[in-house]
Amino acid sequence: MSDHADDVTAEPADAPRAVFHVEDLRVYYGDFRAVTDVSMDVHDNEITAMIGPSGCGKSTVLRCFNRMNDLIPGARVEGRLDYHSIPLYDHKVDPVEVRRRIGMVFQKPNPFPKSIYDNVAYGPRVAGNKKGLDDLVEQSLRKAALWDEVKDRLKNSAMGLSGGQQQRLCIARAIAVSPDVLLMDEPCSALDPIATALIEELMVEIKEDYTIIIVTHNMQQAARVSDRTAFFTAEVDPNTEQRTGLLVEYAPTDAIFSNPQDERTENYVTGRFG
Amino acid sequence: MAEPISLETLSGSSRRHLNESAVKAVMAVAATVSLAISALIVFSLVREAWVFITEVEWSTVWGSSWAPRLGRYDLKTLVVGSLLVTIIAMAVSGPIGLGAAIYLSEYASVRVRKVLKPTLEILAGIPSVVLGFFALQWISPNVIQRLFDGTSQFNLAAAGLGVGILTIPLMSSIAEDALKAVPNSLREASAGLGARKVTTTIQVILPAAVSGLVAAFIVTVSRAIGETMVVFIAAGGGGNNAQFTLSPLDSGSTMTAAMAAQASGTDSVVGEALTFQSLFFVGLVLFVITLSLNIVADRFVRRVRTRY
Amino acid sequence: MALSTLGNHSVTTTAVERAILGKGSDSKGLIFKLLVGSSIAFALLVLVVLLFDVVTGAWPVLTGRGADFLSSDLRSRASESGVFQPLRGTFWIGVFVVVFSFPVGIGAAIYLEEYAGDNVFTRFIDLNIRNLAGVPSVVYGILGFSIFVKFFDGFFPNSVGQHAGKTTAAAGITLAVLALPIVIITASEAIRAVPQALREGGYGVGATKSQVVRTQVLPYAAPGILTGTLLSLARALGEAAPLILVGAVQDKLGGRTGFFDFAQFGEQFKALPITITNFAGRPGDDWQEVTAAAIVVLLVLVLMANTAAILLRNRFEKKRG
Repeated sequence: MSDHADDVTAEPADAPRAVFHVEDLRVYYGDFRAVTDVSMDVHDNEITAMIGPSGCGKSTVLRCFNRMNDLIPGARVEGRLDYHSIPLYDHKVDPVEVRRRIGMVFQKPNPFPKSIYDNVAYGPRVAGNKKGLDDLVEQSLRKAALWDEVKDRLKNSAMGLSGGQQQRLCIARAIAVSPDVLLMDEPCSALDPIATALIEELMVEIKEDYTIIIVTHNMQQAARVSDRTAFFTAEVDPNTEQRTGLLVEYAPTDAIFSNPQDERTENYVTGRFG
Repeated sequence: MAEPISLETLSGSSRRHLNESAVKAVMAVAATVSLAISALIVFSLVREAWVFITEVEWSTVWGSSWAPRLGRYDLKTLVVGSLLVTIIAMAVSGPIGLGAAIYLSEYASVRVRKVLKPTLEILAGIPSVVLGFFALQWISPNVIQRLFDGTSQFNLAAAGLGVGILTIPLMSSIAEDALKAVPNSLREASAGLGARKVTTTIQVILPAAVSGLVAAFIVTVSRAIGETMVVFIAAGGGGNNAQFTLSPLDSGSTMTAAMAAQASGTDSVVGEALTFQSLFFVGLVLFVITLSLNIVADRFVRRVRTRY
Repeated sequence: MALSTLGNHSVTTTAVERAILGKGSDSKGLIFKLLVGSSIAFALLVLVVLLFDVVTGAWPVLTGRGADFLSSDLRSRASESGVFQPLRGTFWIGVFVVVFSFPVGIGAAIYLEEYAGDNVFTRFIDLNIRNLAGVPSVVYGILGFSIFVKFFDGFFPNSVGQHAGKTTAAAGITLAVLALPIVIITASEAIRAVPQALREGGYGVGATKSQVVRTQVLPYAAPGILTGTLLSLARALGEAAPLILVGAVQDKLGGRTGFFDFAQFGEQFKALPITITNFAGRPGDDWQEVTAAAIVVLLVLVLMANTAAILLRNRFEKKRG
């Protein structure tokens, strides 16, 4: 579908190249508007970072991309969110199918209380794929740079791994279903610097196979790994004192950090607020 | 990712959707079974109780004894009997259950708790027939008859003490939950002001937990009123001919024991005229009383939940 | 300071030190602690006295007759009477409770916790279940008598007389219904304790709801569910009041069908708590001994289920921190 192009500076993006096309996206929890005014195109085989102060709705937006917000009672999404030109919130779309193509890695490593092998094989198994699992598990663990550390104890419980290993296992688990996109929700926030560096390296390595969207509170991380960056912030309604997140600026990462167009972005990336 | 993605590929297989809906439907049916049970309980109670209410000679519902086979339906005999047993039971399980809860929640070390809690749970697991036997064979001769000379072995007081013992674990466990729900910050704030533990407990923790403690008390009252076997075995209403009494040292019956008495002894629940229906009438009265108590207790529990 | 905390009452101990170290007499606190401590001591003392009383009462029968007491029929003479039929009845009633209340109760809990949204209907079911749990057991007997016995009347038309429905099945289903709300409530609690992260991990790789329930929620909640169901089984096995209304009578001793003989399901049922109730009302020391022995048999059954539940829970609480 997409004619491959590496030119990240070509703006505005032409529609076919975009994995996600977002236009005026708004997310509500009941009557409360959590996020508003989100418009952005996510390009394939790039790392797109979403940064901003806490409570600005970046995780909420991320969880729209694989319909994870469906699990939250009362959550409602309005506006346009297309995945390869298909409206993701069309009533015909099955979130289960979406999540088999758009994988997710969570803030806190959440391996299942099962063996390392069963963790990785879980996705293929629930999709009805029972054959060739051994190979698939090995490939996925290799891609996640975990194979050498665990190849001798695949039957051991995943709970015995270190935090960084657990998170890489979660990445292996996510890529075992051969997704198109990987969503990462602050994947390093619970890890030490060494484990963080490993994961960052890994992200850059696997981006030729996957489109990656990462939420991070760590600006340096966004600057190090991402191709494009979206800066979110929150505005407080003076009447209700409710915080609503919004997308302030979305541009190639270099531009966001060296030449921000919006004053709020500049204040944030220079450390004056947040 | 060679396969082209269309709306159709993202809609999932219809077989899987069917499968998921079927699983959900089966679970939903399981959940609605509870509604059917409630409906059947109310239906079976009301159907026969209604016959009693419409056909009974109401002068026979006020008298001096509950003896349905003789056509005497003095309801107050049973209600007062239930009341006497419940008051005695609560005099035991109220303070002792609360004390045990305070000890477990505020004083016991982790290690002591690990031993005491399961032991209380074993007490909670003792079947009520066993407590009935104990009330009749041990409490009555060793406590009641020793304190009050000339009392019959079958008496309401022994039954009340038995029910009290039976309900200690219930009172204690709900009260402990209520005390545990009080946030630690309150304990720390009080201790930070230099208050001793006893002062903190009495002046801070107990008032903060009062809603939950009231709920515990009401639920225990409800259980005590609904308890059957201890009274049936130990209070002496077995012949289903109970005289009205205000003295707990007399033999007597309660709503529950009267129901059991009526159903046992002969092969079936039969007798003169409205004997059969009177059983359902008493059941309905009992049901309404305990349901009201439970709803009130539920309100108190909710109040705790919203506050913390 | 360090010395005085060790109990060294030196003359230099000042009033301030005394206050800080709490050596000033806190008699009020001590009395209070003694009071609440003795409450729990009382409860435990009662338990000990009760168990001691029952076991000493049962001692002659247990040592004198042993296994013979378990395998003998109900008789009209205390010295010959055993508890074979009621023990068998209680066993099969337990089977009915397991077969009926566990799947339905766990299914209901799964629906309420995983499928149902927070709406009026769900809240109504929830309220209804909590109220059912507070309905006195004797009232369940009325349900059993008017509905289940009537139903099984038609099931065994050729059986004994007009009350053919008073079978083990009717009794078992009555107690299964009584146990159901407790099973639902405890299973719901166990399911609620499953970390949301596990569910999200499952959904995140494209598992369907039923797959998440089967592969993540149920395995994690299994110990908690099992604990709750064992506790409700123990409660059901010890219940007598509903069975009295369903119609357990001692007068007809029943045929000598085997433990696993299907014919017993057409006979009028027997159960240990009912037998104990009847024995307890009979005069004479020999009957009191037999009653105590029957109680020991029931207690062993019930406490086994209870203890298993408590041990199971403690083990998993420890494992999960």
